[in-house]
Amino acid sequence: MESTLSAPIIFFASIFTNNILLANFLGMCSFLAISRELPSAVGLGIAVTFVMTCTTALNYIVYHYLLVPLDLVHFRFIVFIIVIAAFVQLVEMIIERFSPQLYVVLGVFLPLITVNCAILGVCLFMVIRKYNFLQSVAYGLGGGIGWLLAITALAGIREKIRKAPIPKALEGPGISLVIAGLMALSFMAFSGMIQIG
Amino acid sequence: MTQILVGLLSMSGLCAFLALLLEIAHAYFADYGECRIDINQGTKTLTVKGGGKLLGTLMDQGIFIPSACGGRGSCGLCKVKVLEGGGLILPTETPYMNAEELASGIRLSCQVRVRNDLKIQIPESFFLIKAFNTRVIGLKPLTHNIREVHLKLIDPPEIVFKPGQFIQFEVPEYEGCPEPVYRAYSIASAASLKTELKLTITYVERGLATTYIHKILQEGNEVRINGPYGEFYLRHSDRDMILIATGSGLAPLLSILYQMAEEGIDRKATLYFGVRSRRDLFYEEEIHRIAASLPRFTFVPVLSEPLPEDHWEGETGMVTDPIQRDLQDGSQTEAYLCGNPFMIDAAVKLLKAKGVTDDRIFFDKFS
Repeated sequence: MESTLSAPIIFFASIFTNNILLANFLGMCSFLAISRELPSAVGLGIAVTFVMTCTTALNYIVYHYLLVPLDLVHFRFIVFIIVIAAFVQLVEMIIERFSPQLYVVLGVFLPLITVNCAILGVCLFMVIRKYNFLQSVAYGLGGGIGWLLAITALAGIREKIRKAPIPKALEGPGISLVIAGLMALSFMAFSGMIQIG
Repeated sequence: MTQILVGLLSMSGLCAFLALLLEIAHAYFADYGECRIDINQGTKTLTVKGGGKLLGTLMDQGIFIPSACGGRGSCGLCKVKVLEGGGLILPTETPYMNAEELASGIRLSCQVRVRNDLKIQIPESFFLIKAFNTRVIGLKPLTHNIREVHLKLIDPPEIVFKPGQFIQFEVPEYEGCPEPVYRAYSIASAASLKTELKLTITYVERGLATTYIHKILQEGNEVRINGPYGEFYLRHSDRDMILIATGSGLAPLLSILYQMAEEGIDRKATLYFGVRSRRDLFYEEEIHRIAASLPRFTFVPVLSEPLPEDHWEGETGMVTDPIQRDLQDGSQTEAYLCGNPFMIDAAVKLLKAKGVTDDRIFFDKFS
């Protein structure tokens, strides 16, 4: 059965109530690694949003017009990753060629997100939840913006606490995980509004 | 059966399609045509194929920028000054730069892509860095675990280096070492002897390079090296010198002593050479021979664990012990240290406490 939720609802839900990072805990590695400084975090977030939206659309087409007719849906994990990797490489090449400014902001992060599990996660959820094309793109875009929101918030907090007296053993990833946990708790407040998963 | 075949074919088809797409895109988008690289304001101009990273492009042209990570952007060593055409500085470079470097246009050459004509500036000494084909003309044990490797340069036939610098030794593939690895070794011979090099190499249990050098390398073998590298060399001044070495860390200091003897640099100098016991001492005769032409040079071997049969009457303990006792005021002293990192950390701490200033302590850590 197809999902009955409208695309705008899926879009907002994937930002707030079902934030891919804070509700599903996907994409944690780059979330923790690149959140030391706000500009890099925003750059990475934008890159993730862009790639997530485009690859969801691409993978929707590949899934429904190639894998389903040929009865090869069990290959979806591999196929999705291959498509994501190829797309990322192509985009990096194009950006580097035509827009050095954009390359500085976005391009260097692209190879990092080839293996970002949040992106694969969104593609797989799209299949599990039986979204149509519009819903999938809305989910991809919303998921990306949700990820951007979460990493921007974490980077902002980490910049603020840089001079705080943190116990030695908690410095770095330790305190970041605690913060991420608290952020997830606060995002749970949204969950009463709507559920998409 | 059909399903397996269909699966296989469509997967291969999809991969082939994507690969083809990327190949076409690469040929079209990553082709930057011919670019000119101007080095040191016209000292050298190269015409190269654009599209590659600056580090690799220069290396293809025979100009070696020191780099320890092989261009992955993780060591931050391959810095060059890009005057024109380098584009914007990338976030992958900024962590390795201080404010002054950022302002003066220093870039990591492994991150800068050659996409148009470039003007760059590199230290003159980088022109001296080359890859050399050499032949092993002598292998001799200096101690039970240190081997002297004597190399004769074939192509190019001469090397110009500052005594104290090191070279990178290419260890080829062999059983137990699946791909070539590079290791840095200091040059132990005199810089005036341009056609030959001597390296002193300590055997490390299961070390990829040292196992090769100690167990496999034979006289007559060809060896590839590149260099010279490093900021560890004799500074010109009249200050008193303290030289401290442990084990094969003696090599660069010996090269510096050759230079002092040959150039008649008459400075008060003391070499403290720390090893475990008598059987670990080497090059003693060589040092005494050099000492004969350096009137104000003193050699102090220090044994940390002399054996009973050594009948040792010289200094014992840590190599830093006699310095602790002898050096009163270090404010006019220059220090050159080479050897294991623990000794260096301890010695730097001691020297600073004795008043030797930071900018006069030079060291080369063997790790």
